[in-house]
Amino acid sequence: MAELTLVEAVNRALAHELEHDPAVLLLGEDIGVNGGVFRATLGLQQRFGSARVIDTPLAEAAIAGVAVGMAAMGLKPVMEIQFSGFIYPAMDQLINHASRLRNRTRGRLTCPMVLRAPNGAGIHAPEHHSESPEAMLAHTPGLRVVIPSSPARAYGLLLAAIRDPDPVVFLEPTRLYRLFKQEVIDDGEPLPLDTCFVSREGRDVTLVAWGGMLHEALAAAESLASEGVDCEVVDVATLKPLDAETILRSVEKTGRCVIVQEAARTAGFGAEIAAIIAERGLYFLQAPVRRVTGYDVVMPLARLEGQYLPSVARIADAVRKTMEAE
Amino acid sequence: MTIGVSFQIDFLRFLSAAGELDPATPREAIDPELLLGLYRAMTRTRAYDGKAIALQRTGKLGTFASALGQEAIGVGIGSTMRSEDVLAPSYRDHGAQLLRGMTMVENLVYWGGDERGSDYAVPRSDFPICVPVGTQIAHAAGAAYAFALRKEKRVAVTIIGDGGASTGDFYSALNMAGVWRVPLVVVINNNQWAISTPRERESATVTLAQKAVAAGVEGCQVDGNDVIAMRHVARAAIEKARDGGGPTLIEALSYRLGDHTTADDASRYRDGEIVRREAEKEPIARLRKYLTARGLWSEEQEKALAKDCADEVERAVAAYLATPPQEFSAMFDHLFEHLPESMRDQYEEARRFAPKGGGNG
Repeated sequence: MAELTLVEAVNRALAHELEHDPAVLLLGEDIGVNGGVFRATLGLQQRFGSARVIDTPLAEAAIAGVAVGMAAMGLKPVMEIQFSGFIYPAMDQLINHASRLRNRTRGRLTCPMVLRAPNGAGIHAPEHHSESPEAMLAHTPGLRVVIPSSPARAYGLLLAAIRDPDPVVFLEPTRLYRLFKQEVIDDGEPLPLDTCFVSREGRDVTLVAWGGMLHEALAAAESLASEGVDCEVVDVATLKPLDAETILRSVEKTGRCVIVQEAARTAGFGAEIAAIIAERGLYFLQAPVRRVTGYDVVMPLARLEGQYLPSVARIADAVRKTMEAE
Repeated sequence: MTIGVSFQIDFLRFLSAAGELDPATPREAIDPELLLGLYRAMTRTRAYDGKAIALQRTGKLGTFASALGQEAIGVGIGSTMRSEDVLAPSYRDHGAQLLRGMTMVENLVYWGGDERGSDYAVPRSDFPICVPVGTQIAHAAGAAYAFALRKEKRVAVTIIGDGGASTGDFYSALNMAGVWRVPLVVVINNNQWAISTPRERESATVTLAQKAVAAGVEGCQVDGNDVIAMRHVARAAIEKARDGGGPTLIEALSYRLGDHTTADDASRYRDGEIVRREAEKEPIARLRKYLTARGLWSEEQEKALAKDCADEVERAVAAYLATPPQEFSAMFDHLFEHLPESMRDQYEEARRFAPKGGGNG
């Protein structure tokens, strides 16, 4: 048992799979000698060799493309895209090939690959380093989209993602990489994909969040408890395919829901959750569903990112309004 | 000033457009059985190609991309790959694919709008036809990496068009393959047209083969209408790759005698007179002249071959037209290994509205 940060938990999961499955390999920019810009792959090239922990040329589209080819030939490539904004060049390969290879060939060829990337804002990084593109990816049929919210979930979900027979986009909240430590048992036990986790139980209102925003939601829940509002907090974890049942069960219990999402509002993943509640849980509701999201603006540079991101104050404000509504 | 680095691009042609053989042609490249096999394969490709266009014109097939005039490229490549090698084709490469074991029926089923056409019974590891231009080079490079990592003596081969050589994927994947020295052969079918964009509007380079230089990869040009040279060059590159010699880029010079696809009308943007002149260099007539002059081919053999090809194509068309339609569930069956529970309601909705007894549309 060890206290690990999220980025260390990612490292342990990668090492575990490299150790136990010869088909697993890692590829990406600066992941070998340098151990990755966030050190997620620290020491892995020394341990597993440069043929299985590959420093690639700087070309995200080609990294994703060669991963498709490797996966089709029976390897299990885990690629790292250095920053979330650089996933965009790889989108062509993800959407046009990775997500549909199995379908195109009726299962003759498959694409068991993982795209790992840091995701979201909060570390005052330069432009294009703080994006939250999960809704674009979740919109793509054939992709799984997973966003862990803690070291233990990062470890267990990444193991599951690597072992999954289909392509998984695994977005690691940059802000959480070193925010806190947690006990992680490095025993190779995966967590289930396609499952939401209830991170805090409560009676009055359901907060739904994922990745970095889970912590804002939990902090808001803590703060609201002193006002006598008892929040349940659901960690979505796997956005696609979505475990709507867990969310609906919670909303049935509380009758109120606030969705917290770091990405821009319009057509964000929160809208999908709100739509599902409208379709299948409308009569559970005692108040309209609210969203607390990033604004529909270009992701601001570092000095304004704190004002862009949903904060505890904004979440608490939305919860209070929800509680007031009848 | 001194020369920093210089390079040259070799060009190879053994058989001229008039059907005259270069006396320096290696003996093994003109073995009679080999040449007759290449001739039959090209003729078969053309027979299939013509029938597919006719099917499209009569509403029995979707859009189809003809390989008319470029049969030597696919046949040259397909005839020298081993079954365990892997092909990542574009949409104009049925010449190579048919030699790999893809059936005419499968190809018709695919162009007819049915994914089952990419579930090849024989080349199980070959990639499906790639419709986005140039992206499949990266797939082939990744496949080649897998072969090298597992120390398998297999080679990945991919074919793109001249337009494909303008894409970022072309360069970045070739660059990666160059760094990794993986067993990859990239063939550019330079048929001079990317839909309506002529070769000179695609790149200011004198050759497309020289793009290999920028990736640290060996590049060469070959007359893509000379199946003898085409096969020779492809064979050398494939066996070099198999022996650990790294990737090769081959620019095969040809000419797109047909439209880009059945959805295109090339008369809108190019001079028919030039096409007629280019047609005089086409690969099948060229080889026939040579074979006839060498006493290896007769009018009777030609008639018999034409009949064999037509019969085979007709059988394929009959099988294609008799292919039962897919069930609604085909959309869902291979999306993931297991359909997620969250999609069950969508599956049921599709079932409820599906035509009774299965069907298209």
